[in-house]
Amino acid sequence: MADLAHEMDLGHPEHESTGIDNRKLGMWAFLSSEFLFFGALISNYLLYSNRAGFTGVYPSEIYDIPFTSVSSFVLLMSSLTMVLAHNALSRGDQGGTRTWLFATAALGAVFLGGQVFEFTEFITLYDMKLTTNPAASAFYLLTGFHGTHVAIGVIMLLSLWGISRRQGELSEKHGMNLELVGLYWHFVDIIWIVIFTVVYLLSVPPA
Amino acid sequence: MSRSRFSLVRIAALVGLVLLLGACSLIGIDDAPLTTFEPKGPFAERIDNLFWPVFWIATGIFVLVEGAILVAVFLFRDRHQAKEAKQLHGSPKLEVLWTVIPALILAGVAVPTTAAVFDLTECGTDAIEIQVIGHQWWFEYHYPDADITTANVMVIPAGEEVCARMTSDDVIHNFWIPALNGKRYLIPGQTTELRLEAYEPGEYWGHCAEFCGLSHSLMRARVVALDPSAYQAWLEAQQEGAPVPEEGTPEWDGYQVFQNKGCTQCHTVRFEDDSMSLVVAEGAFNGPELTHFASRGVFAGAILPEEGQDREDALGQWLADPPNTKPGSFMPNLALTQQEIDDLIAWLESNE
Amino acid sequence: MTATAERPTTTIFRRPSSTTGLWSWLTTVDHKRIGIMYGYAAFSFFLIGGLEALLLRIQLSQANAEFLTAGAYNALFTMHGTTMIFLFVMPASAAFMNYLLPLLIGARDVAFPRLNALSWWIFVFGAIFLYSTFFFGTSLAPVGVDGIGGIDGNLAAGGGPGTFNFLADSPDGGWFGYQPNAGPLYSAGTAMDYWALGLQIVGLASLVSSVNFVVTVLNMRAKGMRLLRMPVFAWMTTVTSFLLLFSLPIIAVALFMVTFDRQFGSLFFAATNGGDPILWQHLFWLFGHPEVYILILPAMGIVSEILPTFSRKPLFGYSAVVFAGAAIAFLGFGVWAHHMFSSGITPVAQAAFGLATMTIAIPTGIKIFNWLGTMWMGRIRLTTAMLFAIGFVAMFTIGGLSGVTHAVVPSDWQQTDTYYIVAHFHYVIFGGAIFGLFGGMYYWFPKLTGRLMNEKLGKTHFWLMLLGFNLTFAPMHWLGLQGMVRRTWKYAPETGLEPWNVAVTIGAFIIALSILVFIYNWFTSRRRGQESGLDPWDARTVEWMVPNPTPEYNFAVPPVVGSLDHFWHLKYDQDAEGRAVRKPDGDEIVARIEYEQLNPAEPIHLPNPSYFPVLVALGLPIMFYGIIYHETLWGKALIAVGAIITLGSLIGWGMEPLEEPHHVEHEDHDQVGEASFDG
Repeated sequence: MADLAHEMDLGHPEHESTGIDNRKLGMWAFLSSEFLFFGALISNYLLYSNRAGFTGVYPSEIYDIPFTSVSSFVLLMSSLTMVLAHNALSRGDQGGTRTWLFATAALGAVFLGGQVFEFTEFITLYDMKLTTNPAASAFYLLTGFHGTHVAIGVIMLLSLWGISRRQGELSEKHGMNLELVGLYWHFVDIIWIVIFTVVYLLSVPPA
Repeated sequence: MSRSRFSLVRIAALVGLVLLLGACSLIGIDDAPLTTFEPKGPFAERIDNLFWPVFWIATGIFVLVEGAILVAVFLFRDRHQAKEAKQLHGSPKLEVLWTVIPALILAGVAVPTTAAVFDLTECGTDAIEIQVIGHQWWFEYHYPDADITTANVMVIPAGEEVCARMTSDDVIHNFWIPALNGKRYLIPGQTTELRLEAYEPGEYWGHCAEFCGLSHSLMRARVVALDPSAYQAWLEAQQEGAPVPEEGTPEWDGYQVFQNKGCTQCHTVRFEDDSMSLVVAEGAFNGPELTHFASRGVFAGAILPEEGQDREDALGQWLADPPNTKPGSFMPNLALTQQEIDDLIAWLESNE
Repeated sequence: MTATAERPTTTIFRRPSSTTGLWSWLTTVDHKRIGIMYGYAAFSFFLIGGLEALLLRIQLSQANAEFLTAGAYNALFTMHGTTMIFLFVMPASAAFMNYLLPLLIGARDVAFPRLNALSWWIFVFGAIFLYSTFFFGTSLAPVGVDGIGGIDGNLAAGGGPGTFNFLADSPDGGWFGYQPNAGPLYSAGTAMDYWALGLQIVGLASLVSSVNFVVTVLNMRAKGMRLLRMPVFAWMTTVTSFLLLFSLPIIAVALFMVTFDRQFGSLFFAATNGGDPILWQHLFWLFGHPEVYILILPAMGIVSEILPTFSRKPLFGYSAVVFAGAAIAFLGFGVWAHHMFSSGITPVAQAAFGLATMTIAIPTGIKIFNWLGTMWMGRIRLTTAMLFAIGFVAMFTIGGLSGVTHAVVPSDWQQTDTYYIVAHFHYVIFGGAIFGLFGGMYYWFPKLTGRLMNEKLGKTHFWLMLLGFNLTFAPMHWLGLQGMVRRTWKYAPETGLEPWNVAVTIGAFIIALSILVFIYNWFTSRRRGQESGLDPWDARTVEWMVPNPTPEYNFAVPPVVGSLDHFWHLKYDQDAEGRAVRKPDGDEIVARIEYEQLNPAEPIHLPNPSYFPVLVALGLPIMFYGIIYHETLWGKALIAVGAIITLGSLIGWGMEPLEEPHHVEHEDHDQVGEASFDG
């Protein structure tokens, strides 16, 4: 993906381009698409979340807001550690980069653990499954896809951490990858903030 | 020079052919019972009145644009002349002109369109309510005021507005009677409304217009408009139950076949003596109610009898092997004997 | 091909290096080869989709016919629509966009060559996955109603009465998959799962492509190639890519929802449990409407290149055409419910969407008038490419006008779900997009092959196709308004619909004949066509400043662009009247360009081929087979295997060295020329 390097050899002046590295621009383009992906999922949840007449429990009846607040905070902190990792790399502090990368991955994993715990509670205590009613289906699809995105992010973070450990440092190419993963990670966090606000805090069951 | 004229001839021939074919198609306008071009009620007429002006505007634009293409190709064809073309880049004036003029035309079209949408969508307060329930692959009609249920033929009073309140028992269907109005979905779990009114008594054909499975193309509809007194008489007759057949008659034998072969699982029949009525449970899977089967001109999703087919032959064909006539039919092939079929026909045809 | 430096061995596999043979095509990252592969695949699906259409037309040529069973008919129209839209027009547009975009902006390749290859492999594996439904798919009776009345097996297996029942077990819920008919209850079996998951895969391919094209256009233009100096096709590629970026995620969500309903018991569209079938339609058309602009804009771009070249004057109103394209794309997100006017949405919604739909006619009209203005007072050469471009304008106008009649909402209540709509969209997609694509094939054939297609055969193709096309689709306007509903296996003779249906079927076979002429022309011209030289059309844009066939490296020396229609301005001045006047040394200039481009002064670094795009793509259909059969053990295993292949290959991709040199020395240019159009 770093073929821009070759293009630069050919005297390809910056002033005709946006000045943003190809890979970063590509990640932004991809994330713009992902915004709509989650937008559709969130709209879907909003449409069903307070529609009357479903059998079974509605998600908004059983949220554990305190618990979810804590796991949201954990995810938010992981964005901070991501920034710290990027900072460390810019300073050339490879060891620091590794530490903060690992911390980000760990916090992400804790968040995921929290999701698993939360869903287990929903299923065992309240009998709310994917198949319970459309609101539940919408809830699980949305949070499930978000969780999948977090998991993929954790894998990417750990890969970078592993590469850094094996090679002793992150080369320029992998340094750009850290920036890209960082963008992705912040996006996943922003989506969670929207989900937490709209789905957990603001949605109510039908009257 | 001759080459460009020749292409022009070809183009002209093509255009002429299309126009000729178009003209030919106007013949036989009466032979298409599903046509939208012969509105028979106020709502379809309002739509027709919207369509034609827009059509003629579109035709005018068609002539202008296609004409410009033909003229350009003819006038500006490369004839190996010495001079090249003027390298015009555009004309802001023209851009404004051909932005504003279409916008004005469209605005002109938009106003009556919007008005018609609001006028035509919601049922009038005095409309007679008839509920339409879509099934794979037939339409069921329930008259809430008279508490009667029928199928395949919707009987309405001529000259009065009917409000069809519609839903579906399974998948999305689309109820369409072209002579009376546009079409509207029947959606499971939801209710939609369609205004229907026929000026005159008569028969108006329709079709399901939303792909609904194997026999979508065999899900048709019939609306029969009766003058108001005949409609009242029809309602009263429908409210009566069917007569219980006399023992020993073929009708009685048919009635026995009906009970013994499992037909009562899906088909309701109400008798004059209501204690004998065979009623399918509320909410259970059902087929058409057969109380007044013989009063309906068409059956099996309004596809039988086919044009020119004897009604009893059609009924025999249907009863012998429903899935063979209607792929996917939920009415099974019961392996009836010819005697059983004849008896059933006798009984069904006695339910007027 | 001589590789020069040492290859570092930090990975398990070295990067491949072959430039000829099958292996080179499997590992290529060259945008031109990827474009060629897209093109051949797309055209193959065009033929398959066309055969499906011919079978449908045979069935419809007679009232009450039983040539096909109902089941086979429903499967064939589902696959015809799905194939033509997703496996023909979109990848054919991709073929052009892939091959041409870097050339049009003066670049050597796209921003992400391996990602480009990935998108191609995802597409082709997805298409094969979708079509494997013909072998593996099952289409069962609706769930819960078999055994009515205590009688089992009453529902006809296969598709009911009829001579031909093959393919009845394929997806048969329509290309639009309306719920709940295409859901778990009413389309039981696996056929519609192949449909949903197959579309998911090919959608991903387009998404990956769009990221690539957006970055390429924004970042990789040659010096002086400002955005408003780009050829219109490059602009339309960009706009189409943004449309894809924003519409594909919506259909992805919708397809996930229907897959979850079908496979995992979720209740999104289960009407009996409170699910909303109309929600599917909203989501589908939120994608579906931008999709139709995705289908047409690239062809509009092609036409905007051909018309000026063969009118020998600039595109009239370049900025207007570009901005109108962008406006169409933007407005296209606001009209989706015009596919749902009879679905019971409120009158306010109907009026709003009707108005929005009328608004789109304005930028569309702007483009048509500007194309007319391009031809007007030009010096028109009626080559086959030009005939198709003019045909586009003529046919698309008809389709656009019938589209305006749909915007008259109550009139649409009569038109929707009838053959009138079928006529409309075939006029814009076939008479529009496909005519445009054919024009592009004739126009850019020299770039691929260094030869010209035969003009006599080309004109035969055009006139036959124009005749056949109009004979097929013009009567459908009439048939629709005479009451012929869509997706109808049979119609009764008393409806009066038969005579015109016969005409339509004849037209369809004429179209087929014209395509045979084209295929013959393509393959014979490739081998024996007249050599084209650098600039066979005396063209205007920079892709004609490289030799034909295109060298592997595209530009030996990237152009420094001084204006729109840069190449034309190198060859022509203007006199006092504004007429073009060929520069006295025009021929010399062209010859010098050709020499320079064939003889690069220094070694050119090109992106290396790679194994990983194929491997990453391969994991996807494996995973998706597993999802369909996830209830079995081997289904679960397939999911794991597919995921491991994809993830592992992604890691390999990331680890792959970039530095394995792949120089093109100037004395190798003959071999380079061969490699470009091999296969």
